[in-house]
Amino acid sequence: MTQMLRSLSSLLLLAGLALAGLVPVSYAGPPLPEIPEANARFSDTQGCVEPTEVMRKNHMEFILHKRDLTMREGVRSKQHSLQQCIECHVPPQESGQVVRHSDEQHFCNSCHSYAAVSIDCFSCHRDTPMPKDASAPAFHPLGKAIDAHHGISSVNSEVDSEALETLVEMN
Amino acid sequence: MSDQVNTSRRKFIGGAAGSVAVTTVAPGILLQSVAHARTPDQPATSENRWGMLIDTNKCSSGCDACVKGCQDEHGWGGEDTNEKLSREDQQAQWIRKVNIRDTKTGYAHSLPLMCQHCENPPCVDVCPTKASMKRADGIVLVDRHACIGCRYCMMACPYKARSFVHESLLDQSAVQPRGKGCVESCTLCAHRVDLQGADAVPACAEACAAEGHDAFIFGDLNDPNSKLSQALAKHGGTEIRADLGLNLGVRYQGI
Repeated sequence: MTQMLRSLSSLLLLAGLALAGLVPVSYAGPPLPEIPEANARFSDTQGCVEPTEVMRKNHMEFILHKRDLTMREGVRSKQHSLQQCIECHVPPQESGQVVRHSDEQHFCNSCHSYAAVSIDCFSCHRDTPMPKDASAPAFHPLGKAIDAHHGISSVNSEVDSEALETLVEMN
Repeated sequence: MSDQVNTSRRKFIGGAAGSVAVTTVAPGILLQSVAHARTPDQPATSENRWGMLIDTNKCSSGCDACVKGCQDEHGWGGEDTNEKLSREDQQAQWIRKVNIRDTKTGYAHSLPLMCQHCENPPCVDVCPTKASMKRADGIVLVDRHACIGCRYCMMACPYKARSFVHESLLDQSAVQPRGKGCVESCTLCAHRVDLQGADAVPACAEACAAEGHDAFIFGDLNDPNSKLSQALAKHGGTEIRADLGLNLGVRYQGI
């Protein structure tokens, strides 16, 4: 009997709080991370080297697989290479904006800090694109499509803009 | 039973496999497969064995263009990096100039020394994590993803070719990831070799040629027609510490 009374009173208290607006009825969750836009596209129809949903879920698998292929067997194709990720997704230093992997504006960290997953890649790998005038061998773009659409401003068609929005938007 | 690697047996097996590439089309006509440069998405194979011949007669004692060339390419030893916080004798040294002098005659000359890319590398033998490895095409590398920084390989290397990074690094070269806690050494510019094959020129050789000395010949030891093999056949090449039986990929002329 006492127990019934106790649970009834707590139910009443909750109802009262809800009426007073203290308990939010619908909770939207924490704000989603802001993913920076890429500065190049893989092709006219596809933003990244794999469909965006696939990349979001499986990018770590692709990078891990490619890592061993490159390191152990000398395969240097552009697809799934970490260097290529950085080239497209992180602004070059000469643009005046130096974004480090520790900054939340860094493409990788924008999600990783949100999901509280640490990244070890950048203790050895470069976290920004190489300066274009460096003496190092010129970076090889993924394909002709990227040359044609280098820079977001040159993406003109409606389809491309939409696809790009899909790539950069999280929800 | 001996644990020693029987190199002559390996050579025999290698020779037997190599001969498959030659096919008889008709009596008297042989179709020999021509070595094509692989595309970037194809793995390195044992068809190639990359190496270098360095003519020490062309190498000037005051010149360190090869060292500078390597530094520029791979980003080690820069003036304004954290690496300078390390003790000088602990800083990275992928390639260094060594001056040698015959004490009896006084004859002195100079040579660049780097990873010799052994066929039987002691660094690979001792590595507890298989991070120290030899690629199919003979290039000896450190896989930093597996390196735990124990430095056994540094102790095992007879040429002191390996370095350990003691400081956190930033703004590495895109072609050469490197960082604190890992061992590293000359990669024979594998990133160039992978893209350009036999036409590749390692950064040291490029810098040496630009300086006008042209002491390096890079090429495929397995290809008898390569400039390297022909130079070796003509002039011979000395291995440093040949007594160790490591069958080096880097050989010297004039020592």
